[in-house]
Amino acid sequence: MDELAEEFLREILSFYQGHKSELIPILLEIQNNFGYLPKEAILLVSNFINVPKGHIYSVASFYTRLRLLPLGRHRVTVCRGTACHIRGAPQILKEIENVLGIKEGETSSDLEYTLDTVACIGCCALAPCLTVDGKVHGAMNTDKVKKIFEASSVKGKHEQ
Amino acid sequence: MSNREHSIFVCQGTGCISSGAEQVFASLGKEIVRLGLEGKVRVKRTGCHGFCQQGPLVTLEPYGILYTNVQPDDATDICQSLLAQGKPITRLLYRDPTTGNPVPYYRNIPFYQKQERIVLRHCGKIDPENIGDYTATGGYQALRKALLSMKPEEVIDEVKRSGLRGLGGAGFPTGQKWEVCATASGNEKYVVCNGDEGDPGAFQDRAVMEADPHAIIEGMIIAAYAIGARRGFIYVRAEYPLAVNRLKIGITQARKEGFLGRNILGTSFDFDIEVFQGAGAFVCGESTALVRSIEGDRGWPKPLPRPRTAEAGLWGFPTLLNNVKTFANIPIIITYGSQWFASRGTASSKGTAIFSLTGKVVNCGLIEVLMGTTLGEIIFGIGGGIRDGKAFKAVQTGGPSGGCLPASLLDLQIDFDSLTAAGSMMGSGGMVVMDEDTCMVDVARYFLDFTQRESCGQCFPCRVGTKQMLEILDDITKGRGKPEDTELLLELSTAVADTSLCALGQTAPNPVLTTIRYFHDEYEAHINEKRCPAGVCQSLAKGGGC
Ligand code: SF4
Ligand code: FES
Ligand code: FES
Repeated sequence: MDELAEEFLREILSFYQGHKSELIPILLEIQNNFGYLPKEAILLVSNFINVPKGHIYSVASFYTRLRLLPLGRHRVTVCRGTACHIRGAPQILKEIENVLGIKEGETSSDLEYTLDTVACIGCCALAPCLTVDGKVHGAMNTDKVKKIFEASSVKGKHEQ
Repeated sequence: MSNREHSIFVCQGTGCISSGAEQVFASLGKEIVRLGLEGKVRVKRTGCHGFCQQGPLVTLEPYGILYTNVQPDDATDICQSLLAQGKPITRLLYRDPTTGNPVPYYRNIPFYQKQERIVLRHCGKIDPENIGDYTATGGYQALRKALLSMKPEEVIDEVKRSGLRGLGGAGFPTGQKWEVCATASGNEKYVVCNGDEGDPGAFQDRAVMEADPHAIIEGMIIAAYAIGARRGFIYVRAEYPLAVNRLKIGITQARKEGFLGRNILGTSFDFDIEVFQGAGAFVCGESTALVRSIEGDRGWPKPLPRPRTAEAGLWGFPTLLNNVKTFANIPIIITYGSQWFASRGTASSKGTAIFSLTGKVVNCGLIEVLMGTTLGEIIFGIGGGIRDGKAFKAVQTGGPSGGCLPASLLDLQIDFDSLTAAGSMMGSGGMVVMDEDTCMVDVARYFLDFTQRESCGQCFPCRVGTKQMLEILDDITKGRGKPEDTELLLELSTAVADTSLCALGQTAPNPVLTTIRYFHDEYEAHINEKRCPAGVCQSLAKGGGC
């Protein structure tokens, strides 16, 4: 980890007091800024709130939001809640797995996409739903899935 | 244009935002400036009305016109319609699905008309990011009344007399829980709002947090006063960033107004609230798991025997944990009185029930009805019946802890106890409608797959029992079912229900039990005839009816 990143981490920590109850908020903030929990960050947090590293690993592996490995640049999350399930979520997931060439829980080898599922997005009236980088897309069907990923891969090319 | 204040309300709930409501909001704002109408017409943000399926939604007040599926380009026409004394634009109106006729005013739309909105009364009507909107409708008056004219015991008595029951799942009497917490000894006490919406297919907690955060905050402050707490938390699911944001804004505003912090309303009562974001663990909806999560641990439910959270919760201190909707009811009960509240609902369940009506129903959305309303009135009256002219098959309430109820129970008057007696439960209020194309064995398999994934794995019956049940159901849906399988499922259900540590495991068999009880013929078709009547299970022959 470079100096800049470490400085940034210290700055994040400076907003906290070091109570154990701040563990999950701190980890979430690091997760949001770094995309995962780097080893160095875990060491720093462990010193900061004075809990063993093992405890932090155990907590991080329990909560699905927290990740110990880097995720893809784009995060795709498909809802597997009841409302979405009976309106075709399994087919949507299958279609995305086809389009992206990765399975649920995987990250593509070019680190472009991570594909996950979630218990419910809370937009059940628009089922089936998914989110791409936090943006909710509702009333999905396989055509719409294709369009979303065509658009974002075009965007990816432009960026290069 | 008349002199009454003209407002354009643009829904900015998550559902409408996903259909482009932010762009609609921006373009209406620009149009007002372009037409020189600033100061005359206000463009305001609201939270979810519950009719997200028709979004983005825009309402014109004082006319009460509802526009659906609004696009940014519609801004010019909408402003014109306002200038023309609220002449409705036909193409943007909701159309009655049976007659095809446009309905200009939301009060005439059956979806809204047949509801009794008490908790959701502000949803879609006020700007959730503006405390002034909340106080203008009588907000924080209940807090004044409680703090300045009632003793803590009187507040608890009022809540007890109202008959309010916890709207997060089991329906425990709220006032009684407050009393336990108030009388428990501890140097510190905490108030925690459970916004960890525990039910896939339910989004009412999210909607209330996004649309009316101050109602929750006010309810929590009153609770803190009643039990003697000085610190509170709102635990919000990781998937609800907008709710987190709006609650934080609300808390900051409430502090500024002196409703939170030191010496609230000039009294000696201090209280403050923090928002705590969950990190993605379904089991954290369980009270002891939620407590551990705030403490910075894995969200593992505490082993038995465990003290009640109301007596020993956060850091071992008495902790009052109530659901979002429960807190949102409190200001109403204090303002209108327990009698007013208790006169609504059924003998054992007072007030209203809120459901997320979803699935194969024409009008999906968030609804609030009096306790005692029948399932049929909800699904066919408010929901408009089944999509695409298909036949109703089942309605699932209570999420993975609940069950699937058949057509013969459409006349069931719903309340906490009637749903439990039918083998389901109120839960946190999911209501998923299923039609003839839904396979009930697949639904049971789906729920077991869900609980199996979300099981924290701490205790054996839940970890292993649900896995075995899932394997059996998997076999049945793949054509490998054996005649003795339903018996075996029933036996495993009893074992898992009786010996699991927390509600997640204890209630996990409910979807299996109710589908076997009410849809036994579908199991038989799968097992004996290797046939899926709904045509869902790919490895089996299709159709044939049951
Ligand atoms: S019942 Fe399931 S979720 Fe609850 S403690 Fe046991 S293993 Fe964990
Ligand atoms: S069930 Fe999919 S968003 Fe709730
Ligand atoms: S988000 Fe707009 S109606 Fe629900």
